[in-house]
Amino acid sequence: MTIIALPSYDDAISRYEPVIGLETHVELGTQTKMFCGCRTDFGAEPNTQVCPVCLALPGALPVMNRAAIEATIRIGLALNCEIAQWCRMARKNYFYPDMPKNFQTSQYDEPLCVDGYVDVTLDGKEYRIGIERVHIEEDTGKTLHVGGATGRIHGATESLVDYNRAGIPLVEIVTKPVPGLGALAPEVAKAYVAELRDIVRSLGVSDVRMEQGSMRCDVNTSLNKPGEEWGTRTETKNVNSLRSVERAVRSEIIRQAGLLDEGVRIFQETRHFQETTGDTRPGRSKETATDYRYFPEPDLVPIAPDPAWVEELRASQPEKPSVKRARLREEWGISEVEMQSAVNAGAIELIEETIAAGASPAGARKWWLGELARRSNELGIELAEVGAGPAQVAELQKLVDDGKLNDKLARQVLEGVVAGEGSPAEVMAARGLEVVSDTGALQAAVDEAIAANPDIAAKIRDGKVAAAGALVGAVMKTTRGQADAKTVRDLILSRLGVS
Amino acid sequence: MSDLTRKTAVELRELLDAKEVSAVEVATAHLDQIAAVDDRVHAFLHVDREGALDAARRVDAGEITGPLAGVPIAVKDVVTTKGIPTTAASKILEGWKPPYDATIVERLKAAGMPILGKTNMDEFAMGSSTEYSAYGPTNNPWDLGRIPGGSGGGSAAALAAYEAPLAIGTDTGGSIRQPGAVTGTVGAKPTYGGTSRYGLIAFSSSLDTPGPCARTVEDTALLHAVIAGHDPRDSTSIAQPVPDVVAAARLGLQGDLTGVRLGIVKEFTGEGAEPGVLAAFRESLEALVKLGAEVVEVSCPHFEYALPAYYLIAPSECSSNLARFDGVRYGLRVGDDGQRSLEEVMSLTREAGFGPEVKRRIIIGTYALSSGYYDAYYGQAQKVRTLITRDFETAFSKVDVLVSPTTPFVAFPFGSRTSDPYQMYLADLFTIPTNLYGGPAISVPCGLSEGLPVGFQIMAPTMADDRMYRVAGALESAVGTLTPPAL
Repeated sequence: MTIIALPSYDDAISRYEPVIGLETHVELGTQTKMFCGCRTDFGAEPNTQVCPVCLALPGALPVMNRAAIEATIRIGLALNCEIAQWCRMARKNYFYPDMPKNFQTSQYDEPLCVDGYVDVTLDGKEYRIGIERVHIEEDTGKTLHVGGATGRIHGATESLVDYNRAGIPLVEIVTKPVPGLGALAPEVAKAYVAELRDIVRSLGVSDVRMEQGSMRCDVNTSLNKPGEEWGTRTETKNVNSLRSVERAVRSEIIRQAGLLDEGVRIFQETRHFQETTGDTRPGRSKETATDYRYFPEPDLVPIAPDPAWVEELRASQPEKPSVKRARLREEWGISEVEMQSAVNAGAIELIEETIAAGASPAGARKWWLGELARRSNELGIELAEVGAGPAQVAELQKLVDDGKLNDKLARQVLEGVVAGEGSPAEVMAARGLEVVSDTGALQAAVDEAIAANPDIAAKIRDGKVAAAGALVGAVMKTTRGQADAKTVRDLILSRLGVS
Repeated sequence: MSDLTRKTAVELRELLDAKEVSAVEVATAHLDQIAAVDDRVHAFLHVDREGALDAARRVDAGEITGPLAGVPIAVKDVVTTKGIPTTAASKILEGWKPPYDATIVERLKAAGMPILGKTNMDEFAMGSSTEYSAYGPTNNPWDLGRIPGGSGGGSAAALAAYEAPLAIGTDTGGSIRQPGAVTGTVGAKPTYGGTSRYGLIAFSSSLDTPGPCARTVEDTALLHAVIAGHDPRDSTSIAQPVPDVVAAARLGLQGDLTGVRLGIVKEFTGEGAEPGVLAAFRESLEALVKLGAEVVEVSCPHFEYALPAYYLIAPSECSSNLARFDGVRYGLRVGDDGQRSLEEVMSLTREAGFGPEVKRRIIIGTYALSSGYYDAYYGQAQKVRTLITRDFETAFSKVDVLVSPTTPFVAFPFGSRTSDPYQMYLADLFTIPTNLYGGPAISVPCGLSEGLPVGFQIMAPTMADDRMYRVAGALESAVGTLTPPAL
């Protein structure tokens, strides 16, 4: 085996032009499976959400889930696709133990949605990604290899199959080949997947969680020299996060450039992305040699969505994320960069709901993108799961606005809220964190501070107002932070005869 | 009491209604007959004595009533029965007990019909003689050295041996009608989608049709009415009311066919058919003319391609339908010694579990669907199917039904057609076009040739099942039923 020296990314991209393509699988959040009434709950005991149909017992037959068709059409519409007036499911035949029928019911040459596009924005510039097709198919079960090293089949003593996932509806979204991105190909690929995720999430048809596998990406990459024909593409599977999408494209560009530099032919093959190393490894070569023997599924009738129904769906589509982001930027008065950080944090809906509950846009953003974002990052959980909801955040901000909490106290209250101690008002009361608004008590503390610091008091009297900070600090200390700093400052200045 | 087994379903219901016999007595008589003769006939793969008697007791207790309550039935082993072994006559499913009932079995149970057991067949319904059963062939009660037809030879032989008054069959290319013809019994293939396939172990999904078998036309119609009708669990099931086949059969039995146009297909030249079969067919046709029917010759130019098209479509679908038998979840598993790979175990399981005809069809179908061959084989066959459908539609614009012999030859001796698959496939020459079209067809006994039964086939437009029953009833009124020699 020849060891090939890999070029740097900049070097590779200076000599080759990449063409990328993405195939994204989205697991639909329908209540029941695609062809039977089994539930689809994530994380249920293995093989408890199964029946004769999804176990492919002899004689069992599929019946199409209308909600899955509707969700697929909604995705197609959101991606500006044409919706087929008549199409069929097809059988994709291959043997694998996690696929009960040993064929996957999918779509072949008659997808439900075709020929759309999605615009993605990267650093203020827009890129149009063509959508080849959106089709519907069923998911497989999951195989678990026991007894070998790190869950791999090699060396395993037993293979266990969980069919709970078998038959859950999947939508596959395939882009057209995207040339002309140059060095930005990895970032545009990532931005596309992020946009797709936001679009699907906005439709409410999937929770699109890459880490749970409800959204999965395959990335196709090829390289060609400028002016030459497109090269042979490889397909990288197992790309399970936004960051991995970018890394997979980047590493495949570098790897292929290294081979092409040496005059080595690129083979059309399936490769697997390695999270740990960030590069791709060859998959089983058999996979590319498989003849799937597609043919129309005779157990199901053709799908012929009533055009009136499709128009109803079109009319009731939710606002597109890109349109919504532009509107919210306007309403919240923030920059593109600030909006992007809110998007990246997954905070848009939370901020919206917090504002709806009475907070100001700035107040809502401050909590979700500050304290709560930090907490979700630290714990590695979704922002929506940090333990405080929009209503509580709005209540907290109101306490601040009303002068009952200052910033520091509010953060302590929030800690109590996420710890499950109750609503902000309850935590404030229980922990005794309210700002001291009793001016009589404050006045005493102010007088005490002035008496204890005659030099500073004299400076202030002489007009050095900035020196008041030290006295404010002293008062805050004696009141354990529960005073409003501005009130304390006003009291000090008026006591010392400076206005 | 053994003469209860000679009764038709209609007669049994009369006796039950008059309280002259109990359902338990009726079931017992048939179970006793099975015990007495089935070692020679081998119509059954499994007999469920207790289950049948339990069902009969419930009818006697008045829990279930209805036109066939208490009338026992035999079910082809390709149809799932909860808790009762269902093998499709294959080693690969030996001992498998389904956890669920097929829709048609649910309907039989709801109608109070005791299920006597499961009948023999060609493995996975692939064959025309039951010689491809993994559990040994069924012998034709007319001549135990001859085949009872196939794939549903067990159901037909059970009727001819008086082991059951009614039976369930399935028809993909003639598997109800051809066994009916060669055993002197009646077998109907309903309109595709008219009876639910849910729980029918699939051979060829776009062709498989469960249907009724009996010794008389009226009994067949009564059973048809029990099992037919829309089933939401089968997407290809037709959501329309079932034609009144019972009334149509009774109307036909009155013996008047005035104004009914019978079409004979020009392209069914009779070449390759036995002279005795053609003679019996022609005599029966004349008998129908005497009842007032008119005979019109029609052309169906694409029928000659039906057999080759069928032997591409059915194996293609079967190659995919039978992929699930891999030893992973149920049935046979061979070679799982902890050393072999999963692929090897799947391979060994399928190698040991499937018989020769099933393997032949899986291989043909796999080839026909392969990339590069799909258009030339599967694609082309689908086009032929469309043309055959048009032939039927054109014909039915001119005539009410089409008629033909059911099969070109009477029951043949065992082993006479197994060495050349094509000779076996010819048995379905006249029955296959209807399957490709999807319409209903029925085979009715119409006389003997060399002492063996001949079947008369009546084909009708889709969802006009009643029309074929009317003609079938009239034919039975003219030529009578056949009585096999005593075993």
